[in-house]
Amino acid sequence: MMTAATSAPPLGVIEGYRQVTPVVERDGATAEVDATGVYFQQLNETVRRLVAEGATTVRIAGVNGQRYLGAGLAAPGVRIEVHGTAGNDTAMFMDGAEIEIFGNAQDGVGNTMSGGRVIVHGDAGDVLGYGMRGGRVFVRGDVGYRVGIHMKAYEKHVPVLVCGGKARDFFGEYMAGGMLVLLGMTGRDAAQPIAGSFLGAGMHGGAIFVRGTVEPWQCGAEVGISEAGEEHRAALRPVIEEYAAAMDMDTAEILAAPFTRIAPMSHRPYAKLYAPM
Amino acid sequence: MQQTFVQPEFRVKIDYDKCHKCGRCVQQCGWGVYDFTERPIPHDEKCRACHRCVTYCPAHCITIEKNTLAFRDNDNWSADARKAVWTQADSGGVLLTSMGNPKPYERIFDKLVLDACQVTNPSIDPLREPMELRTYLGRKADSVAVEPDGTGGFRLAGDSGVARNIELAVPIVFAPMSYGSVSLNVHRSIAMAAERLGVTMNTGEGGMHEDLYPYQDHIILQVASGRFGLSPEVLKRAAALEIKIGQGAKPGIGGHLPGEKIDRDVSATRMVPQGSDAISPAPHHDIYSIEDLRQLIYALKEASGYRPVGVKIAAVHNVAAIASGIVRAGADYIYLDGFRGGTGATPQVVRDHIGIPVEIAIAVVDQRLRDEGIRNHASIIAAGSIRSSADAAKAIALGADAVAIGTATLLALGCHLCQSCHTGNCSWGITTQRPELTRRIDPEWGAERLTNLVNAWSHELQEILGALGVNAVESLRGSRERLRAIGLDEQTCRILGVKPAGL
Amino acid sequence: MAYDLSRYDGFSPDNYREESPFKIHGGCGLMGICDESGALMSGEEPIRAMAVQRDRGNGLGGGFAGYGIYPEFPDHYCFHMMYHDLRARDEAEEILRTRFTVDHAEPMPTRPVRGIHDAPILWRYFMTPRAEVLEELDHSAEDFVVSTVMEINARVDGAFVASSGKNMGAFKGVGYPEEIGHYFRLEDYAGHTWVGHNRFPTNTPGWWGGAHPFTLLDWSIVHNGEISSYGINARYLEQFGYACSLGTDTEVAAYLFDLLLRRHRLPVELACTVLAPPLWSEIERMPAERAELMRSLRAVYGPAMLNGPFAIVLGFNGGMVALNDRIKLRPLVAARSGSRLMVASEESAIRTVMPDPDTLWTPRAGEPVIARVKGMELPFHSTLHATPAEVSCAVTAADACHELEEVAV
Repeated sequence: MMTAATSAPPLGVIEGYRQVTPVVERDGATAEVDATGVYFQQLNETVRRLVAEGATTVRIAGVNGQRYLGAGLAAPGVRIEVHGTAGNDTAMFMDGAEIEIFGNAQDGVGNTMSGGRVIVHGDAGDVLGYGMRGGRVFVRGDVGYRVGIHMKAYEKHVPVLVCGGKARDFFGEYMAGGMLVLLGMTGRDAAQPIAGSFLGAGMHGGAIFVRGTVEPWQCGAEVGISEAGEEHRAALRPVIEEYAAAMDMDTAEILAAPFTRIAPMSHRPYAKLYAPM
Repeated sequence: MQQTFVQPEFRVKIDYDKCHKCGRCVQQCGWGVYDFTERPIPHDEKCRACHRCVTYCPAHCITIEKNTLAFRDNDNWSADARKAVWTQADSGGVLLTSMGNPKPYERIFDKLVLDACQVTNPSIDPLREPMELRTYLGRKADSVAVEPDGTGGFRLAGDSGVARNIELAVPIVFAPMSYGSVSLNVHRSIAMAAERLGVTMNTGEGGMHEDLYPYQDHIILQVASGRFGLSPEVLKRAAALEIKIGQGAKPGIGGHLPGEKIDRDVSATRMVPQGSDAISPAPHHDIYSIEDLRQLIYALKEASGYRPVGVKIAAVHNVAAIASGIVRAGADYIYLDGFRGGTGATPQVVRDHIGIPVEIAIAVVDQRLRDEGIRNHASIIAAGSIRSSADAAKAIALGADAVAIGTATLLALGCHLCQSCHTGNCSWGITTQRPELTRRIDPEWGAERLTNLVNAWSHELQEILGALGVNAVESLRGSRERLRAIGLDEQTCRILGVKPAGL
Repeated sequence: MAYDLSRYDGFSPDNYREESPFKIHGGCGLMGICDESGALMSGEEPIRAMAVQRDRGNGLGGGFAGYGIYPEFPDHYCFHMMYHDLRARDEAEEILRTRFTVDHAEPMPTRPVRGIHDAPILWRYFMTPRAEVLEELDHSAEDFVVSTVMEINARVDGAFVASSGKNMGAFKGVGYPEEIGHYFRLEDYAGHTWVGHNRFPTNTPGWWGGAHPFTLLDWSIVHNGEISSYGINARYLEQFGYACSLGTDTEVAAYLFDLLLRRHRLPVELACTVLAPPLWSEIERMPAERAELMRSLRAVYGPAMLNGPFAIVLGFNGGMVALNDRIKLRPLVAARSGSRLMVASEESAIRTVMPDPDTLWTPRAGEPVIARVKGMELPFHSTLHATPAEVSCAVTAADACHELEEVAV
């Protein structure tokens, strides 16, 4: 019955990740880490140790889904390069550091991020930038569902998230502050609209800029849709310049098209929904 | 005339220091409580505690109190029981009353609680995410047949039945109340609200006044034993037809609209002579058995161009088997009216002692139709009494497709549940045909209040669905797993198909 | 009979285990891979894909199903059985031998693995239904197998059918999936389609049958998420004779697919639409003919909608289907590399098996990802309804009269 005769010698249990300290090579302030098959705890511990020891550039190769890279890292001036697929909750609670991902990012990147910068050269997944209260997230490709959900500004903290491709439903849902920009210039599926439905649903602060146009049915009930005028394009321009520099793109080309600005009609959209007893 | 033993139920008190002597109370009261000689003088025995005068008194100087005469304590012979004997000894009559059963029977809705999501599945934000309440009432196929559409996709092959269903934007409809029992302005208010809300109103058995024709796509025309107001024309105007077998407030009892309520308009709408009584027999005399019901259902379908036909029954002991028969007789929906359901006039003994709670009726009917594999063949509308969105949600979770609101509808228009509709003197202008009273309801105002009410309940239903982690009402419908019982006995839990809290 | 409340008679704590009328909660990770060319892949690949998703589970359930793994018995129904004791085995075998001709039976090959313990007695049987029994019962072979599965699971205490399809099998138990895969020696099998699952149950610890995939006939289901509409889904299925005895979402999903694909013969795309339908607002924007179809599917199959977060992979002989819930509340990533199509909860799982895929994408909410093995006839979709009458619910006079006696008396 069994086809055991053809099989290789008995294997041990296959491990997804091993709980071992990754191999590190130091060259002055630059450290190179081989994350291949290393469990996230040991990997992140190593990154934190390197930063504490003065490394200003940590280049991580062989990343494949390890979670929490740079999570809670408050280290202005530190740059982390991720080569591979960044795992869930990358840069969660991060403040100050920069993470540049050469590959795709899974779900929940920039979750509740306070500051710093995340650059994704591939696509990013769902719930990108959830509750972000500061810093920058730049994505070259497409993003998933519920991106920029409940992004909020507070005093001098103004979060900015720019997607070069297209977004799925609930982009900017509950948005309370900051800036979301959707360019639709890259991305795989030309046939799909630039954004899904429920764009800005429940939005009560901040602004969403979409390169080109969106249909009213794509948007939440609480937003006003208009073409961005000079004043708003002026606010957008420095963000696009920074994004273009990070992505090696041409600012003028990005700005060559009209932008649609989506902004809340009220800071208290549901004031009339309730009848106090 | 001999002195009655029955003392006034209420005492009307006027703070004459504050009274403007304006006479507004005299003008507002439909019961003739007040005389006016320099100042208003109330006759307590006429007061129904409807609060019309209280509401409109500019000086806020009127209060209505219970007449708290002391009786010798007797848990067996309540004050009401004694009064009933005296009243009947006075008159020899059947005690007549209105609205629904007020007795302290167990209120099952109040012993059921709903679930919410925590951690293992997420609740959903009902304000910003889709939260769908749309409901289709009527017969549906058990499965959907499709065929290739030639472009790589599929299209319907055959009839799913859905195209002939009644589409409701929300699973709350207005219960049947006839023109005659309520005023035309009430009908207009409800019809306008039904259209704005994307739901239905129901004529009751008094026919469809021509003022309602603009809203006919949202009107269910009732066919009751009196067959009032039925013509081939209105049969084809209505969105659906409903055979009324019984109603929760008076199962097994007919109706009687007194001649004095049959004015010119009511006469024209009911197609009966002005001033003569309009009597609805207890049974339909062409339905003495279930096969006769089938005969009438198909007669109505034939005559109306195959509009959906529903059947309204009072919830009684054998309701599950009856409902099964109704579905197999071809009904598109069953309207289950529980024993708390209201009416414009009913013998008190019938209202208070006949019928079963709608919660039980929903549970056993829904289960019976599932057991027989015919649940898709008809929808269930539950009523009597749905007091809040919570009741609606619980009724739907037990298995109802939609709920109907009658008493709540009238409350929204000013009704204070004084249970005196049968007098025809409703001071709020609802259950009367006296022109000076009926004009108190401005249809535009009424429509707005009803629209507000159903919108508010709909928002609340969405809140409940969101907490339950579902975004469409069909995922709550019949999902008894999301209900738990507190303080219901095991047998009742078993009948309801609901577990006790903690399990 | 539907909604069998007698199940919680006495409210025994036993009801929390094994066959439970209570809803069982849990989270999870999953994968599915199909080589559409029909080329066979070692069972090591699904193990690798699940191992990197270890943190999605909690060690209380892992499992796999493979297709094309029993080329020696391609036309036999293969029952993978779990027994708590020899008595349960004897009783179940009695049922099997009465109903089937058992051509081969053997203990499942396993190896000791650290962390895997309390395994039940595991057997497999290669069988064909006895023609005379089939004839007597007037069942199709498939319905016959389903009823046998239901019978054993419901009636034989301590016996559980882990899988019952042809040329396929489920390998599952209590442990992390990589441990379970190692325990069952999956590297010794080769299949064209594999699904894998990593379970994070919040109750029912320690029961092997409760691990996933859940299977029925050729269907195997792995599922991540929590179906908030479980109550009505289960009641709906009971109308059609499915007893949801395990209390898991996965079981409900499997029965729904069986109902929609095998019994109602819906095309797989539309079965997926039923489970994760478009919003009414989307339907209203569709062309009229499609909108009418969607309205019918939603109205007729409302109780079948799986509401709440889920990602599901359905495996079958001939391919697999992956599907997300209607508003995409659980992760699902898909990729194609040559003739191989793969889905997983995380991209990392895909890149473990196919490091550099031709394309990689995230499916949209309610948009199925379908893999079909070339040359294999699909178990559905091949024939549509011959006539609408086959499925029509029109009440006939006979139906109505049938009921008269009961109501009229």
